[in-house]
Amino acid sequence: MSTTQTDTRVVSPLLRIAPTGMYARRARMLVERSVLVSRKMWLIILSGFFEPLFYLLAFQVGFGKLVETVQGPGGQTMSYVAFVAPALLASSAMNGAVYDSTFNIFFKMRYQRLYEGVLATPLGPLDIAMGEISWALVRGVLYAVAFFAVVSGMGLVTSPWALLMVPVAILIAFAFAAIGMAATTWIRSTTDFGLIQLVLIPMFLFSTTFFPLSVFPGAVQVIIQIFPLYHGVELMRGLATGVLDPSMLGHLAYLVVLAVVGMLVAARRLRVLLLR
Amino acid sequence: MTTVGDGVLVQANGLVKRFGEFTAVGGIDVAVRKGEAFGFLGPNGAGKSSTMRMVACVSPRTEGELSVLGMDPDRDGPRIRARLGVVPQLDNLDTELTVRQNLQVYGRYFGLSRATVRAKATELMEFAQLSERADDEVEPLSGGMKRRLTIARSLVNDPELLLLDEPTTGLDPQARHLLWDKLYRLKQQGVTLIITTHFMDEAEQLCDRLVVMDHSRIVAEGAPSALIKQYSTREVLELRFNPGEQQDALDNGVADLVERIEVLPDRLLLYTENGESTLETAHAKGIRPLSSLVRRSTLEDVFLRLTGRSLVD
Repeated sequence: MSTTQTDTRVVSPLLRIAPTGMYARRARMLVERSVLVSRKMWLIILSGFFEPLFYLLAFQVGFGKLVETVQGPGGQTMSYVAFVAPALLASSAMNGAVYDSTFNIFFKMRYQRLYEGVLATPLGPLDIAMGEISWALVRGVLYAVAFFAVVSGMGLVTSPWALLMVPVAILIAFAFAAIGMAATTWIRSTTDFGLIQLVLIPMFLFSTTFFPLSVFPGAVQVIIQIFPLYHGVELMRGLATGVLDPSMLGHLAYLVVLAVVGMLVAARRLRVLLLR
Repeated sequence: MTTVGDGVLVQANGLVKRFGEFTAVGGIDVAVRKGEAFGFLGPNGAGKSSTMRMVACVSPRTEGELSVLGMDPDRDGPRIRARLGVVPQLDNLDTELTVRQNLQVYGRYFGLSRATVRAKATELMEFAQLSERADDEVEPLSGGMKRRLTIARSLVNDPELLLLDEPTTGLDPQARHLLWDKLYRLKQQGVTLIITTHFMDEAEQLCDRLVVMDHSRIVAEGAPSALIKQYSTREVLELRFNPGEQQDALDNGVADLVERIEVLPDRLLLYTENGESTLETAHAKGIRPLSSLVRRSTLEDVFLRLTGRSLVD
């Protein structure tokens, strides 16, 4: 009987705090669904790879000629393109995840009413949150690997530590997919998406993506350090150049907390909205 | 109290659902037995859908007791849902998938293997007469086809209990009859059905037993024929008059001919055991209607008597 089956399995402490009915351990079925759907939209998915590539090109042939070298994380001199490339990987991981977890989730929740159908099966809100966020991760992995290949091919990474940029890209995607999905549950109409852009654009521009934190006055530096993307960029840049620092553990912790909290909030909100 | 032992699949005692101040379901007692087709009848806003959502384990109850398949929805929601089929009031098919994929993916949500869902999808498309549209998108399908697909989807896990919330609302008569036919077949296979509807003919056709809900409560319960017997007469005599003459007939004592009469703006409804003989008596009394119609009482007469003729919402 299924009764005993569920009780004997080991449940991680994180999932044990979720109320009963939140999680049926079948989040992967939502990923399966996304894979099926994605076959029809491969072009859109492919386009996500070109976005950071175009940026990189712009810097290689454009800005790189004006600003040739900058001071890297360890005080060393490095080419501007090499300075920006890791940050572009971080922000493309963010953009892909946010797109997937905001517009797409909103459409599925409000117009397609997909999750109402899903919740009539044994699946619970946490299955949905985990399944949808995982799919954002799968996409994130594909982009990260492709971009990493290009960047290393261009000789822009100088350290074996750079291999860790791929898992970090996944963590960034996870964190942004989770908070993106959580935020989407509060969105009432498509006009509210303007608010998300209002947060994303300054975050993209100022999270030390294009210039180091030291150019900002002290008070602004504090604000920048609240941006999740800042932590992603710093991690990426450190790994790309092989300049490691204990503060990187702090960046890592920030993103992990964001990912977990975002996912739990998203699941809880789905329950409040759909299981009334 | 009844338990699953005696074949009761759904048992509610004093079941209440409130949304803030608003009471959607105000304390109802229901028992649905294995193998029967049970109906919730009532006007819009009577609490039918809220009740269905609680039984479907997607809406926690506010008060009272509820047992579905012998389990408590609050504790065993996923385990109960694994054995239910749900046809929601509004189709929520996966519009990004094809007809076949809709069935397969839904089966996967129930944990069925890929091979099982492949076979199941083929079988269900056959059942729902959708095999020719197997690889089409869902959006261009007609309303009736979408409804059939939704019903097919609800059967993917071979449910013991099928919940249908207004299954034929918005469909044309052909599509409705086709759906009824499908539901008959399911019933014959031993699937227990719970149906909400505000179509009286649907309830009469499909339901072995039903409750009439009004203003969040149950106002009557029984088999359709028993309800007609209890709340109406065998026949109804409808009399139409020239404008202005209806009042004359009333003054002439037409109401004394029967136990109950209903005065509508355009006609009189006389509830009687024998319509023809009542009509003769009326003629003998000198009452001259423009036209007359003798018909059998229907569930609609019961419904309107119990829930009134005024609009609820």
